[in-house]
Amino acid sequence: MNYLNTFFFQIYPYIALAVFAIGSWVRFDYDPYTWRTGSSQLLSGRWMRLGSNLFHIGVLAILAGHFVGLLTPHALYEPFISAGNKQLLAMVVGGIFGVMCFIGLTILLLRRLFNPRVRATSSFRDILVLVLLYAQLLLGLGSIFVSSGHMDGGQMIKLSEWAQHIATFRLGAAGFMLDAHWIFKAHVTLGLTLFLIFPFTRLVHIWSIPLGYLRRPYQVVRKRQAPVDYAKP
Amino acid sequence: MKVRAQIAMVLNLDKCIGCHTCSITCKNVWTSREGVEYAWFNNVETKPGIGYPKEWENQRKWNGGWVRNGRGRLQLKAGGRWRILSRIFANPDLPQIDDYYEPFDFDYQHLHQAPEGQHQPTARPRSLISGERMQKIHWGPNWEEILGTEFAKRSRDQNFDSVQKEIYGAFEKTFMMYLPRLCEHCLNPACVAACPSGAIYKREEDGIVLIDQDKCRGWRMCVSACPYKKIYYNWKSGKSEKCIFCYPRIEMGEPTVCSETCVGRIRYLGVMLYDADRIESAAAVPSEKDLYQAHLDLFLDPTDPAVIAAARAEGIPDSWLEAAKASPVYKLAIDWKLALPLHPEYRTLPMVWYVPPLSPIQAAADAGTLGTNGEIPDVRSLRIPVRYLANLLTAGDEAPVIRALERLLAMRAWRRAMNVDGVEDTAVLTQAGLTVAQAQEMYRYLAIANYEDRFVIPSAHREYANDAFGERGGCGFTFGNGCSPSSPAEALFGGRPSTTYQVPPNRQTVEGKKA
Repeated sequence: MNYLNTFFFQIYPYIALAVFAIGSWVRFDYDPYTWRTGSSQLLSGRWMRLGSNLFHIGVLAILAGHFVGLLTPHALYEPFISAGNKQLLAMVVGGIFGVMCFIGLTILLLRRLFNPRVRATSSFRDILVLVLLYAQLLLGLGSIFVSSGHMDGGQMIKLSEWAQHIATFRLGAAGFMLDAHWIFKAHVTLGLTLFLIFPFTRLVHIWSIPLGYLRRPYQVVRKRQAPVDYAKP
Repeated sequence: MKVRAQIAMVLNLDKCIGCHTCSITCKNVWTSREGVEYAWFNNVETKPGIGYPKEWENQRKWNGGWVRNGRGRLQLKAGGRWRILSRIFANPDLPQIDDYYEPFDFDYQHLHQAPEGQHQPTARPRSLISGERMQKIHWGPNWEEILGTEFAKRSRDQNFDSVQKEIYGAFEKTFMMYLPRLCEHCLNPACVAACPSGAIYKREEDGIVLIDQDKCRGWRMCVSACPYKKIYYNWKSGKSEKCIFCYPRIEMGEPTVCSETCVGRIRYLGVMLYDADRIESAAAVPSEKDLYQAHLDLFLDPTDPAVIAAARAEGIPDSWLEAAKASPVYKLAIDWKLALPLHPEYRTLPMVWYVPPLSPIQAAADAGTLGTNGEIPDVRSLRIPVRYLANLLTAGDEAPVIRALERLLAMRAWRRAMNVDGVEDTAVLTQAGLTVAQAQEMYRYLAIANYEDRFVIPSAHREYANDAFGERGGCGFTFGNGCSPSSPAEALFGGRPSTTYQVPPNRQTVEGKKA
C-alpha cells in the first residue's frame, strides 16, 4: 500500500507532468497540423451553445480554482481567510461551477455518443477524453460531500501541501496523501492521468487560448520569405 | 502612398453559360478529400436564389462582413474583439452542414451486385459523414440550377430588396443569371480580422488570402465572419480551408484552374496596384453606395510615373509593373467601368469583380416595339431588373450598372452596324461614352477574349517553384507535413490521414482489395 502510495503521489506526478510538458512541446514543434480544437459544431450545432458554453466556463473556472487553491502557500492567505473558510469557499464556488460543468459535459457526452454524425467522426481519443473528464468531474463533485464531513480545512491543507511539494521538487509529498479518503486519491490520480494523455489528445487546444487576438491588428499581411539559398553554407 | 500589387479577377457574367466546369475542375484539384467533400472553393449559383450555403447573402442571419459603428469606425458585424472571443466555445453564427449539404455518394456497387429481382436495382445515396443511408438529398452547391425549386423559396434572395419581387414569380416575367463564386481575396478581409489565432493572412506580393494550416486551431470565427461564406471548416482535420487562388499556379504565371478551364472564356486575371494606406478609410465611408467609388479610388494608375516610382520603392518587380499596364482587370474595372464588385456593402473590398449580364429584352416581347434610350435599347427593358443587379454589385446604386449595361449594348450595336449594315455607327458609342479605340479593345477583350489578353500574370520570381501538379489533392497550403499520409508523429498525436477521392476509383486499389 505504501509502495503504491509513493508511486502514485511521488513518482507518477513527475512522469505525467514530464510527458505533458515535453509531449506538448514535441507535438507543437513536430506536427502543428494536428494541433486543433477538434470542433464538431459544424456537424451538429444542436445543444452546442448550451452544452459547450456551460462546460467550458465551468471547467476553466475549476481549473483556475485548483491552480490558485492548491499552489498558493498557506501562509499567504492565512491573514485574510481561515483554512476552514477557504475550504467552504472552495466547496461553494467549486460546487457552482462544477454543476455548470456537469450539465455541459453531460450534454456534450450524450451528443458525442448518440448523435450519428458526431459519433461517426469521433476518434477513440475524443470519446476517451470526454469519459475521463466526466469521471474526474464526478469524483470532484463527490469529494464535496466527503469534505463536508470535516470542515476544518485540514484535509485541504494536506492536499495543497502535497501539490506544493510536487511543484517544488521536494521528497515526502506522498506522505500527505497517505491517509486521505479514497475519493481524493482517485481524483488526484485521474487528474494526473489527464496530464499524461494531454499531448496526445485534443486537450492541447487549452494551450492556445487566443488572448493575443485582443491586441493584434485586425489585418495580417505576410511578406514573402526569401527563398532558401542552398548555395551558401 | 504604400503601393501593393494583387492578382485580381473579373468574371464576365454576360458570357457565363453555367456549365460548372470551373467548379468541377477546382473540386477535382483541391477539395476531393474527406472532410471537405461539401466544400466548393468555386461554385456556380443560379440567381435569383438563396444559394450555397443557404441564404449566404443574408447578413442579418449570419452576421458576416463589417459594419461602420457609431464612431465611424469599422467593426466586424459579429461584434468587437471580446465579443468574438466570447463565442469561441460555440459560435452562434456558424452555418450547419445542412446549410451547405450533407455530402453523399451512391451505392454504385449495388448496381453490379444486386441479386436477380423483380425491380431494376438503384444506386441509393449514403452519407459521407456518418455512412448512413440518406432517404432524401435536400440541398447542394447547385440546388437551384436553372431556377430549380419554387419561387417562394428562391425569392428569399436578398437581392430582391426594393424590387417588386412578386411579379417575377410569374412565368412570363421570370429571369435568371449565373453567378460563379469563389473567395474574393478582399483588401479588407473579415475572415482575417475575425481569426482568433491570427492564422489567416494576405500575401503582400500578390494579395492572395491564405490560411496557415499549421496555425489554424479551428475556432471557426472566420466561417461566419466571411460574408461570402467562402471559408469552409474541414470537419476531419479540424481546420478551416478556403480558395487558395491556385497560388502554386499563379506563382508560375499560370491562371487559376477555374480560369484556365472556363469554356466560356469569361474569366480575366491581371495585376492591380492599390494604395494600402487608404484601405481602412475606403472601407469605412459612411454611405454604402459610395463604397464602389471608394474602392475604385484605391486603385493606382500603373502608367503614372509617381506610382511606378513608389511601387519600385516597395520592391515590386518591373515585370509586375509591366503586367499591371497590360492588366485586363484594370481595363474592365477602371478604363471601361464594366466590372463591378460583388456586394461592396459588406465593406471587405472584394477583388473578384463581375461584368453584369445582358438579358433578353422584355418590352420588345410585350409590346412588339423596342423601348430605346437614344440609339441604345433601354436597359430598363432588359429582363433582369437593373435594381436586382445593383443590389448584387453596387449596394443598390443603379447608375454604374446602367453604364456598364449600356456600354455592352453599345459595343454590340456598333459591331452589328459594322457587320450587318456595313456602316460605322459612332453615335451609339458616343452615347455610351466610349471612343472607337475603346470599343475596338472592348470587342477584342470581351468577344474574342484571347488567352493572352485574358491572363496577364507575371511569375513570382522564385528561383525555384514546386511542380504544381504534385500538389493535386493535397492540402496545397502547408509546407509542413499537413497532408502527409503516415508520419509517425501523426499517429502519435492523433492526426487523421487525408483521404483523396479517386475519380474514377483507382483500379489498383480496388483490385488489390479483392485479391
